[in-house]
Amino acid sequence: MLTIGGHTFNSRLFLGTGKFSSSAVMKQAIEASGTEMVTVALRRVDLDNPADDIMSSLDRNRCVFLPNTSGARNAEEAIRLAHLARAASGSIWLKLEVTPDPRTLLPDPIETLKATEELVRAGFIVLPYMNADPILALRLQDAGAAAVMPLGSPIGSNQGILTAFQIEIIIDQARVPVVVDAGIGAPSHAALAMEMGADAVLVNTAISVAGDPVAMARAFAQAVEAGRTAFVAGMGSRSKQAHASSPLEGTLATDLNFLA
Amino acid sequence: MLIYLNGSPKTITDSKTVAGLLQDLAIPHALVVVELNKTILHPDSHAATVLKDNDQMEIIRFVGGG
Repeated sequence: MLTIGGHTFNSRLFLGTGKFSSSAVMKQAIEASGTEMVTVALRRVDLDNPADDIMSSLDRNRCVFLPNTSGARNAEEAIRLAHLARAASGSIWLKLEVTPDPRTLLPDPIETLKATEELVRAGFIVLPYMNADPILALRLQDAGAAAVMPLGSPIGSNQGILTAFQIEIIIDQARVPVVVDAGIGAPSHAALAMEMGADAVLVNTAISVAGDPVAMARAFAQAVEAGRTAFVAGMGSRSKQAHASSPLEGTLATDLNFLA
Repeated sequence: MLIYLNGSPKTITDSKTVAGLLQDLAIPHALVVVELNKTILHPDSHAATVLKDNDQMEIIRFVGGG
């Protein structure tokens, strides 16, 4: 069972709630995914449509509510958003995102570390979104991060796990859960992350913009389950050479003169 | 009187409270958090907080996001 910030999760699939075509589809996808952790963002109220509300579509008894600081370009903005999120949700959970460059949305490591230190002091359960940098992961966990969230590839890019080598090192060293976040575009990507030993994955775009988001949510749930089971079962080691699956003794090869 | 609401100038009547403005805008209190001049306002103080000229007010709420 996965435990983060003292909370136990049965599902290792975390779900982002952005870009769903409707609240009804989002609700069904959350259901189908079996997730127990959903992320949300904070934005200014649309004054022309003030009654629009995502909260009514989310069951907070079933899912931990993980506000993010998306849109923050530095530690100061992220901290401001974190406090607003806590005031709005009453929850101390926080996905820390500090992304100064809108083109890549890559996280700023220095500002992320600064914000993590301050928000942990302020009593938040901080899950920082980070580049797949093993040294930074150690620094963040030392600063009190409840989990680390290395990226597979840029947010919303659907490119999968391009950072496998670094994520393996992060998993190897981590004393806190490792949640692979961003870029996971297919169930096979999620399965790969889990086979590598990730504790969970966070998926949004791949599900919310799928042709059938509800079916895709189910596919991701199965992939995460399969990948986790494979990791626990113990994967065989890789080799450049072939190793026959069938016995080499007692073959008819000599008689048939295959090798002559 | 002029305030800045979600970054845009807005003219309001004098001695308007935060609660009064939310009501005018048909925004349910329970769904939003209000920040006034970069300080978060507790919902209990919406009714007693009177807006002043040049106040910067942000009305924030949760939306879908990753």
